Amino acid sequence: MISHANSEQQYIDLYRECRGIICEYSSDVMNAQRDAAFERFTTNGFPSQKVERYKYTDIQKLMAPNYGLNLKRLDIPVDPYAAFHCDVPNLSTMLYFVVNDGVYKGEKIEVRGERIPYTPKMPEGVMVGSLKEFSSQPVLSALIASRYNQLAAKDQDAITDLNTMLAQDGLLVYVPKNVVVEKTLQVINILRSDVDLMVNRRVLIIAEAGAEVKLLFCDHTADDRRFLTTQVIEVFAGENAKVELYCMEETHAKNVRLSNVYVHQERSSRVHHHVITLHNGVTRNKLDLTLAGEGAECNLVGCVIADIQQHVDNNTLVIHETPHCSSRELYKYVLDEQATGAFAGRVYVAPDAQQTASQMTNQNLIATREARMFTQPMLEIYADDVKCAHGSTVGQLNDAALFYMRQRGIPEREARTLLQLAFINETIDQIDLVPLRDRLHYLVEKRFRGELNKCTGCKLCR
Amino acid sequence: MLEVRNLHARIGDKEILRGINLTIKDGETHAIMGPNGSGKSTLSAVLVGNPLYEVTEGEAWFNGKNLLEMKPEDRAHEGLFLSFQYPVEIPGVAMSQFLKAAVNEKRKYQGLPELKANEFLKLMREKQKIVQLDNKLANRSVNEGFSGGEKKRNEIFQMAMLEPKLSILDETDSGLDVDAMRIVAEGVNMLKTPETSCIVITHYDRLLDMIRPDVVHVLYQGRIVKTAGPELAQEIQENGYDWIKTEISNE
Repeated sequence: MISHANSEQQYIDLYRECRGIICEYSSDVMNAQRDAAFERFTTNGFPSQKVERYKYTDIQKLMAPNYGLNLKRLDIPVDPYAAFHCDVPNLSTMLYFVVNDGVYKGEKIEVRGERIPYTPKMPEGVMVGSLKEFSSQPVLSALIASRYNQLAAKDQDAITDLNTMLAQDGLLVYVPKNVVVEKTLQVINILRSDVDLMVNRRVLIIAEAGAEVKLLFCDHTADDRRFLTTQVIEVFAGENAKVELYCMEETHAKNVRLSNVYVHQERSSRVHHHVITLHNGVTRNKLDLTLAGEGAECNLVGCVIADIQQHVDNNTLVIHETPHCSSRELYKYVLDEQATGAFAGRVYVAPDAQQTASQMTNQNLIATREARMFTQPMLEIYADDVKCAHGSTVGQLNDAALFYMRQRGIPEREARTLLQLAFINETIDQIDLVPLRDRLHYLVEKRFRGELNKCTGCKLCR
Repeated sequence: MLEVRNLHARIGDKEILRGINLTIKDGETHAIMGPNGSGKSTLSAVLVGNPLYEVTEGEAWFNGKNLLEMKPEDRAHEGLFLSFQYPVEIPGVAMSQFLKAAVNEKRKYQGLPELKANEFLKLMREKQKIVQLDNKLANRSVNEGFSGGEKKRNEIFQMAMLEPKLSILDETDSGLDVDAMRIVAEGVNMLKTPETSCIVITHYDRLLDMIRPDVVHVLYQGRIVKTAGPELAQEIQENGYDWIKTEISNE
């Protein structure tokens, strides 16, 4: 067996050599965090699979290949509006494109046959755009500095530290106090490159007290190249704030996605986080969420459809720090062919967090003998007046239901599709955003029928 | 309509049907009675092609086609329908979605265009009346949370939607109260035409008072051991099966 034990060395060398260039093309606020992250990364290295939270995904192996990086921020020629059609169009959203890790600025769109500059109308004070640029502006730099990497650094996670070391730009979403953004912000992340590429994307979402915002991230690959993306999203939900964050992945078999999401919730805030994997190569989604103020609630939903040799690993940690909070998790997987799925969820209830209500459910359908599912729901409770439940199932399609449908004249293949759809739809039905929900019903159906056109011109997955 | 010759079938190593012979003509209603474990449900399962059962010998012809060579879905398209003894709950699949797929697959098989959404809804509303099911049914998941009576009425409703040539009612009367049984029986009678046939599997003559059979068979130990007119059902109701069992052992 090839050992990948030293795969961090190339990143250490890279940082030592290129620190100057990395900083030159980024902002002071982001640069301020790099050296400390580098120190941690050098000390800790990549986790082996003996590390509990990395049991199901071999990070050392994934990080071993040599990818290119675009440290000098050379413009990659692309017109996303012309080249790319997202599968979730016409949502009446405010649309942003992020190409690799930078917000696309060729803001022209076609409206009734005319090319016009594109500037989504935002309520007063709302800032959406390049993290690098906003953090260089005097108005916001102090605020961003006080939030940026605050949740992430504490985690001591190698992927996160690597991202902090190397990320040069990303997306900022700032919603001031009591401002409600009615329309959904749709961010289409496009991976585009002519060579194999590593991308380090950073997202910071700040919803101040009473603010409300809905975000939809759609991740796509536009080229047949191998991509390795690390992504760190930090979300601050202030008192009474409401944040909905939908992350949909539709990439290809040569894509590796390592996404770490950190959420901090103040009193009575609500967070809905939905992660959907329709097409991918290797995906690991980690979520750390802290309910830090009384009465906060979160609803976490995961929906995974995987086949061929796709690998999807969702790892969640929900910390109930304060009383009267509630958390709900529902993760469902449908695995076909030789796909591998993993779900590990841990709910931690601190000694003071009385009246906690927590429910964690992971259900999985395995269509073949070769597909594998690893599931590990965990509860750690230190308070004595709580209501917590967790459960997990792994099974096959119900033969009795299948035969019942065939007796009514529904062919076996169609019956299977209908049953798989019924299974996965429970997760999609939890999406509050009606157009997205309808669209996903449609996409998931197409996915099961093998009709989903993943990426324009891509022949990798089939 | 149906011609079954020397049909043998087993589940696992256990032989259950040991040479069934059965002929059903167009327009006929046959009742199949018999003690528990005699193979009644197995016979219906084998006819509709349940993969749990293995046919080891014999043949079955359905309107000139070799039934045993057909997939279950094609048997359905050819006009074979089973009202299940235990209708299956399918959470997450709406009745309307389920039936639309079933109706349109059959139409596709027959070379007919698919029904449009409004045509389909109209058809559903029309057929629901036959078994007095209400309109909310369309959006509910198949059989999920249905009462015992609703499930059985739902079977007959599906039968009405699919207009089969041969319907097999497997203990459709079990678990029904008197009123529900009347609704089910009236539904079946309403759907009856001179071209359609019916097999009624039951333990009781009550249902047979309402759905009048032309022929009554008694199935015992995997064989049809007695065939007579409707009066046989009455006789069994009064005297049980012991006298038939004695008759056989004397032969």
